[in-house]
Amino acid sequence: MIEIRLFATFRENRKKIDYIDSNQVEKALDIVNYYGIDPEDVAICLINGFHSKLTDSIKDGDVVALFPPVGGG
Amino acid sequence: MKTSYNGKVARINLTTREVKVEALDMDLATKFVGGRGLGTAMLYNEGIATVEPLSEANKLIYATGPLTGTASPTAGRYMVVTKSPLTGMIASSNSGGIWGAKLKYAGWDALIVEGKASSPVYINIEDEKIEILPADQYAGMLSETVDEELKKVHEKCSVLNIGPAGEHQSLLAAIMNDKDRAAGRSGVGAVMGSKNLKAITVTASRNVIEPHDADKLREAMTDCLAKIKANGVTSGGLPTYGTAVLVNIINNTGSFPTRNWQESYFDKADDTSGETLVEKHLVKNSYCHRCPIGCGRVVNLNGKVVGGPEYEPLWAYGGNCGVNDLNAIDEANFWCNEYGLDAISTPCTIAAAMELYQRGYIKEEECDGVPLVWGSAEAIVTWTKWMGEGKNALAKLMADGSYRLCEHYGHPEYSMSVKKQEMPAYDARGIQGIGITYATSNRGGCHVRGYLISPEILGLPEQLDRTTVEGKAKWAMIFQDLTAVIDSLGLCLFSSFALGAPEYAALLNAGTGTNYTAEELLVLGERIYNIERLFNKAAGMKPEDDRLPKRLIEEPITDGPSKGMTSQIQVTLPQYYEARGWVEAFPTPETLTRLGLEEKY
Repeated sequence: MIEIRLFATFRENRKKIDYIDSNQVEKALDIVNYYGIDPEDVAICLINGFHSKLTDSIKDGDVVALFPPVGGG
Repeated sequence: MKTSYNGKVARINLTTREVKVEALDMDLATKFVGGRGLGTAMLYNEGIATVEPLSEANKLIYATGPLTGTASPTAGRYMVVTKSPLTGMIASSNSGGIWGAKLKYAGWDALIVEGKASSPVYINIEDEKIEILPADQYAGMLSETVDEELKKVHEKCSVLNIGPAGEHQSLLAAIMNDKDRAAGRSGVGAVMGSKNLKAITVTASRNVIEPHDADKLREAMTDCLAKIKANGVTSGGLPTYGTAVLVNIINNTGSFPTRNWQESYFDKADDTSGETLVEKHLVKNSYCHRCPIGCGRVVNLNGKVVGGPEYEPLWAYGGNCGVNDLNAIDEANFWCNEYGLDAISTPCTIAAAMELYQRGYIKEEECDGVPLVWGSAEAIVTWTKWMGEGKNALAKLMADGSYRLCEHYGHPEYSMSVKKQEMPAYDARGIQGIGITYATSNRGGCHVRGYLISPEILGLPEQLDRTTVEGKAKWAMIFQDLTAVIDSLGLCLFSSFALGAPEYAALLNAGTGTNYTAEELLVLGERIYNIERLFNKAAGMKPEDDRLPKRLIEEPITDGPSKGMTSQIQVTLPQYYEARGWVEAFPTPETLTRLGLEEKY
């Protein structure tokens, strides 16, 4: 299974945490498309806590966290 | 020449009760801009680096920037510059709200407050009129109350004040303005308390500052506003979730210091996140003067509408104390504002006390019935109030910060501080560049002196690998220098998510008639950073003060995404000194000459 964590506006009308069978997806981009998120809205994609590209591969057991543009200090 | 400087400074001596009007030294203003830079240069030139911070000899400078009060976006900031009683080095604490703009509208670029009143006083400013009035009736009052009471006397004023913590000279005391805005760091409130100065009220009949070139300012402003509107952070993330949106991001990178930095991933972080705050407690956003962003939070605290917590207190009271009770964090943050306490250092000191309790150094009998246990909502609220009141022996110790607390118990290594000021909410083991900012910050542990989180985590202006050290020293220097300029202009640092040096140069040039390029603007920032360092050198700073706590170097992160990582500051610090033209932590004569500071060595 892949664990998906959605944050900020990506949570609107979606779950905060979800799981997808790893056989269904190859790349982070597949997850973004699965949730109907515009890839251009993704500012930060973390795979297991490390910044990654949407085109990076994912594997069983990975945790994928997606954020729109956000900031603070 | 018409310029957005007023050209006027007030020197207010509380001992002699004399008020002198002085012309702004335009040569100094040209070299050091305003706000943080100008205030530091003035303080340095007045010989304050060597005085005792809480003695009558210390001075407080309240400095606006050349853009404060103009129509520029976020132009409502002022800076409190003094010698810090917490660090013994330079303090420059920045705040928003409207007080700074009102001071500018009243006709002043800066106030220099010196001496000490024999009993509590406040300063009342109404345009050119400045008077020192008795404040006995306001002594001991909480921030919100003193604000309301002074507005009954001076109907249209804006109030800057200290709370009881400042009056007790707690080294964590903040200066508050407009009820819940804070010049929070480095104990500036204690300096006000040491002078028996409770408040400064300002009323202004003007509400505009005419720039040098109104058409050029309008043009620059239109460009800046368009960029702020087009930027996802300044038009989306910050207004919607506030700075608190960082809780989940930083936690998910495993760089969210937890239980006084013993860990760096908090499994209950989402309970205290910006998303949860919006869902459960947010009433509305709040905006500082001239701000198009609106990151401020107004929350419902048990039926009372109050200023809400930003990211830093959400982390410091939350993960860093192991607490996931959002209502308790709202309340503890509210008491910081009311007592006038730094909402970063106060909870970080509670976290350090919790570690001392965990390890058996603080005993249960010292805790007055509220043990300092991880995760205790009661402890964070109660100990904040007790620190503000100076209620018992332990609370009094804690009110002077984690370093002195941990040193008292024989274990200064549990103080997560740099130059005795507590570090903020990003673990420098998991995010390498921010460690350079912490170690070399002239005012001690601080994130807003070079916010490398922007490139290392948020990908702005470009994404850097948070785990590597290559190139980070140079990045730290550029961020420090640009920040020094923004802090000196009178603008908010958050504008820099959308704006860069070219935009700031255009605003400054339109305001004052200068003709700076973006590169020249960064040199101004570098000069400011160096004059701060010279102040610290004169104050007795040693090279070993540019250091991170041992824990970050010797104890790898125990769990989570950044497991096993330590800070590589031993690699980056020499690179940083080389980039700066410093040897052994201080500028060389060549560097000072290059920056036009040759008279300082």
